[in-house]
Amino acid sequence: MSDQQTITIEVDGKKLEATPGQMLIEVTDAAGITVPRFCYHKKLSVAANCRMCLVEVENAPKPLPACATPVADGMKAWTCSPLARQAQKGTMEFLLINHPLDCPICDQGGECELQDVAMGFGGGLSRFVEGKRAVKSEDIGPLIATDMTRCIHCTRCVRFGDEIAGVREMGATGRGEHMKIGVYVEHAVASELSGNIIDLCPVGALTSKPFRYQARAWELTTHDSIAAHDGVGSNIHVHVRNHQVMRVVPKDNEAVNETWLSDRDRFSYQALYSEDRLEKPLMRKNGGLAPVEWQEALLEAATVLKGADADRLGALASPSATLEELHLLRRLLAGLGSNNMDTRLGQGDFRSADPAVPWLGQKFAEVENNQAVLLIGSWLRKDQPLLNHRVRKAALAGGKVMAINPLDYDFNFTLDSKVVCAPSAMAQALAGVAAALGADTCGLPAEAVSQQKAMAANLKNAEQGLVLLGSVAQSHPDFCLLRRLAANIAEAAGVSLGFVGDGANSTGAAMLAARAETGLSVEGMLEQGLDACLLLNVEPEYDSAHPQAMNALLGKAKVVALVTHLSPWLEAQADIVLPIAAFLETAGSLVNIQGDIQSFNGTARPVGEARPAWKVLRVLGNLADIEGFDYESVTDVLDEVMKVLTDVHPDNQMPQADAPEARLADSDLQRIGGTPLYHTDMLVRRAQALQHTPDAWKACLLVNPELAQALGLEDGDSVVLRQDSGELTLPLGVDERVPGNCVWMPTGVPGSELLGKGFGAVSLEKA
Amino acid sequence: MANEVCLRTLHLDRPWLLSSYESEGGYEALRKILTEKISQETIIETVKTSGLRGRGGAGFPTGLKWSFINRSAPGEKYIVCNSDEGEPGTFKDRDILRYNPHALIEGMIIAGYAIGGTAGYNYIRGEFWEPYERFEAALQEARDAGLLGENILGSGFSFDIHAHLGGGAYVCGEETALLESIEGKKGQPRFKPPFPAMFGLYGRPTIINNTESLASIPDIIRQGGEWFRDLGVENSGGSKLFSISGNINNPGVFEIPMGTPFSELLEMAGGMKDGYKLKAVIPGGSSAPVIPGEQMMELTMDYDSIAKAGSMLGSGAVIIIDDRQCMVKLLDRISYFYYEESCGQCTPCREGTGWMHRVIHRIENGQGRPEDMDLLDDVTQRIMGRTICALGDAAAMPVAAFIKHYREEFQYHIDHKKCMVGGR
Repeated sequence: MSDQQTITIEVDGKKLEATPGQMLIEVTDAAGITVPRFCYHKKLSVAANCRMCLVEVENAPKPLPACATPVADGMKAWTCSPLARQAQKGTMEFLLINHPLDCPICDQGGECELQDVAMGFGGGLSRFVEGKRAVKSEDIGPLIATDMTRCIHCTRCVRFGDEIAGVREMGATGRGEHMKIGVYVEHAVASELSGNIIDLCPVGALTSKPFRYQARAWELTTHDSIAAHDGVGSNIHVHVRNHQVMRVVPKDNEAVNETWLSDRDRFSYQALYSEDRLEKPLMRKNGGLAPVEWQEALLEAATVLKGADADRLGALASPSATLEELHLLRRLLAGLGSNNMDTRLGQGDFRSADPAVPWLGQKFAEVENNQAVLLIGSWLRKDQPLLNHRVRKAALAGGKVMAINPLDYDFNFTLDSKVVCAPSAMAQALAGVAAALGADTCGLPAEAVSQQKAMAANLKNAEQGLVLLGSVAQSHPDFCLLRRLAANIAEAAGVSLGFVGDGANSTGAAMLAARAETGLSVEGMLEQGLDACLLLNVEPEYDSAHPQAMNALLGKAKVVALVTHLSPWLEAQADIVLPIAAFLETAGSLVNIQGDIQSFNGTARPVGEARPAWKVLRVLGNLADIEGFDYESVTDVLDEVMKVLTDVHPDNQMPQADAPEARLADSDLQRIGGTPLYHTDMLVRRAQALQHTPDAWKACLLVNPELAQALGLEDGDSVVLRQDSGELTLPLGVDERVPGNCVWMPTGVPGSELLGKGFGAVSLEKA
Repeated sequence: MANEVCLRTLHLDRPWLLSSYESEGGYEALRKILTEKISQETIIETVKTSGLRGRGGAGFPTGLKWSFINRSAPGEKYIVCNSDEGEPGTFKDRDILRYNPHALIEGMIIAGYAIGGTAGYNYIRGEFWEPYERFEAALQEARDAGLLGENILGSGFSFDIHAHLGGGAYVCGEETALLESIEGKKGQPRFKPPFPAMFGLYGRPTIINNTESLASIPDIIRQGGEWFRDLGVENSGGSKLFSISGNINNPGVFEIPMGTPFSELLEMAGGMKDGYKLKAVIPGGSSAPVIPGEQMMELTMDYDSIAKAGSMLGSGAVIIIDDRQCMVKLLDRISYFYYEESCGQCTPCREGTGWMHRVIHRIENGQGRPEDMDLLDDVTQRIMGRTICALGDAAAMPVAAFIKHYREEFQYHIDHKKCMVGGR
């Protein structure tokens, strides 16, 4: 049977083309024929339990569910014949008898599948005069509100956990009318994709907790945008009321996020209205920051920037800043004679040149077809949840996913094999795989053990494969070495090399950088020091791979900060603070890690006096008398960007074949850094609901049980961690996932700014 | 003429022993198959000839079911015996397990041979502890005698059987819920297709038969398909076990040829208790539509005769109801059973069984409303044929039939807030 084979069926007298194996509902959906349904969802397995999509099929003695009836050539079906209608209306009545019909106080009201279908198939009056069922609701965490009395038992949420999230968190207990959907023993759901069950739930049983009772569906206007917290660039609908973002939901895009959205992208909008959101420009006066008018702040900022020695003027920007912002920032600097600009704040090693334009190396859809994937320094599941979903699909299809990580990160699929080793041993582990492939081991004495040989063979035997460097690898002090080894492995095995990158626009930033004059990197600026430093949406204490050096730099420089939120370090060290619009409040373009340039408009009014960063930069350009800064709209900027980017494409080719030596030495005790998923950027850190999920950082130092025993420490002990000249006191946690002689203390979290780089020698003792 | 097949050993002392079974020709069929290397096709043809129909209730021809399996498909195929026997009124399989377990074992081995399987499971109702122990003992006896396990009787054919005690859910008697339960999952029916013959236990091709069906197999092979067929009548081959209960003098299990007049069966069971008049009979387990007594006295006990009267032979559970009984109260009890036992998976059954029960319960307790009769009738129509498995039909059919035949009793309850019979 060839894929192209088509058959013809007849629905409601209309001839339709179909493919053998398709279910009837897929064909009717494609043809725009409405068949009511609740349990059916195109991305989930068929359950056929709601019985709403019953239709009449020729020669069938009773109505059949369209969702579970495979099409056959010549089949005739009727979706609204008397028999089909009688069956559908019957089901509708059953679904409503025990439903509370509390639509006036239900958040789902107005966007409820049950309401919608009841309009078409429900009776005006209920014949049910008995008492209705009531079900106790469980607290399943800070993201999802439960009202289980409204549940119609479609099991979409159950199947989502099983089939998509990869963790079966919801399930059905009890029989008959007593069947309940829940988490069995009350606890918060922990999936990084959990919010999708809000969208899946056809009734108001599972709704958004942060959005609870905030607005009615019909008060909201919908705007399309792009999520800006990871490299996937998920497409989103932003729901706005009175110029304020009320919530974010996914927008279908098969090529990007399919129909899903990560919790981080869904709930981080809360940070737009956090308490420390900046609403007015600030200037340092008498030692403290004082509110000033825009005019004064802008003039002063221009004076500071113009007055700086061009060699000692630099800019650091968030890797999630838009193409337009980055382009204007670079033009502003160039107009002032400087090329010192960087977005790679989280990168741990700059000793050899980066690839031309680092990217994923494959399209997201291609990732699903990999027969082998090697993850290096990556907790992909939490880092890039929807990219991980593609890798999971590859794993479920039989692809072999392997990992070389400094922590035994848990995945929602089974790893084929894994190496969990101290950060200093990662290069050695990679060299073993390289050796097994006969590739250059960058001078590391390498003899492959059987596991490394097996990894090498998996990659070699794969028709399509991927070696992927994650964000933990990127912040590693030997990133350049790991990257070279990874490239050697990928080349020798004939598979793709990919980078996960940082933020939402790391690929876009690299594309712009590829067309710019070379200046100092972030590392260069930290080493040399600056007289004037321009920050674009950077939270220096948490965004920098080297907070202590960053602190020193800011201490000596005049600091002009364009930010959405004021962090303590900026409060202490910024001279001029310009409040800018956050990502849902401004227009711009982002390039995701598969290379799509995605543009979006602002969706809500910026808070207070905050202004879009591109406008602020334009004014600064004007005040600095730089020519050609007369953009009238953000599209003018984008047009210019697109001209600059002509012929610039994502490209992982590295200019140098050699690699620096390993500099992270084996030590008695090593720190493992990495940034937890709800601490990756300024907004996410302030998203309250996310900060109360099981995935939020627990504020403790994690060590292996054996190490704790050797040090005479117990779970919960207060301990002091020392690194470089800094120290931090926190409770100790014991965790099997941490390799021996390591302590897991992430970057980007409160307290991490007191320490050095994410990786390096540390000491630990009882407080 | 009784006890010809499944209860053949019943007259013996300790009939459940291997020696008792062998003294009545037990395991001769298996020996014959293995020594003469009788082909799978021949066995299946013999079963088809016998006219044996599924004794669990649906009455699907057993030989035809066996022929659906792709015997040449590589990999494991399973025989599953359904001893869940949960239909109220049914207790015949219990007696096979207690008194003639070897007939079932031999039948399962032959079935396994016929479809090319090497393992069988017997899913035994959770409350059947004694039958379970007896079955386990019989398995051990068979293994010790080389009749079960590796290389049976030196033939090179291997087949083993595992007993699995259920957890007490009625719905696990539904064949696909039963499979889910064996797999350790929540007992909920699967949507069909795919049918178990394609995708059954652990995703493998699987045949599921009732205990009585499988226990009939050895005699069909030993004495021939025609012999079995000629015990009964057209379309209803063989003999059948009937579990008689209710207002009867001598309740119990009777194995009689298909086509025996109901009046004879009533007599065998000692006639009406205390001389009361026969009012109604539920002929095939509580889900079978009720038949008024006078009509029932004219019927014979076979598939066609009962079907013509608008009911079904079902599992052969004959519930005798005398004229002292209130049909509303009886239906209240029956509907409560299905309400409690619905698995909850699909909408019409989950919601409809509770609705029906509440309305009937109201009527029984003097809270009936004038519109309730039409409502009940309509609700049954919205359940029947709309559900994933047959439990929905099983719950709705008795309601529809009780209303059809005894509407005046329900109406009396609604109008007078009390019972028409017995003066309650």
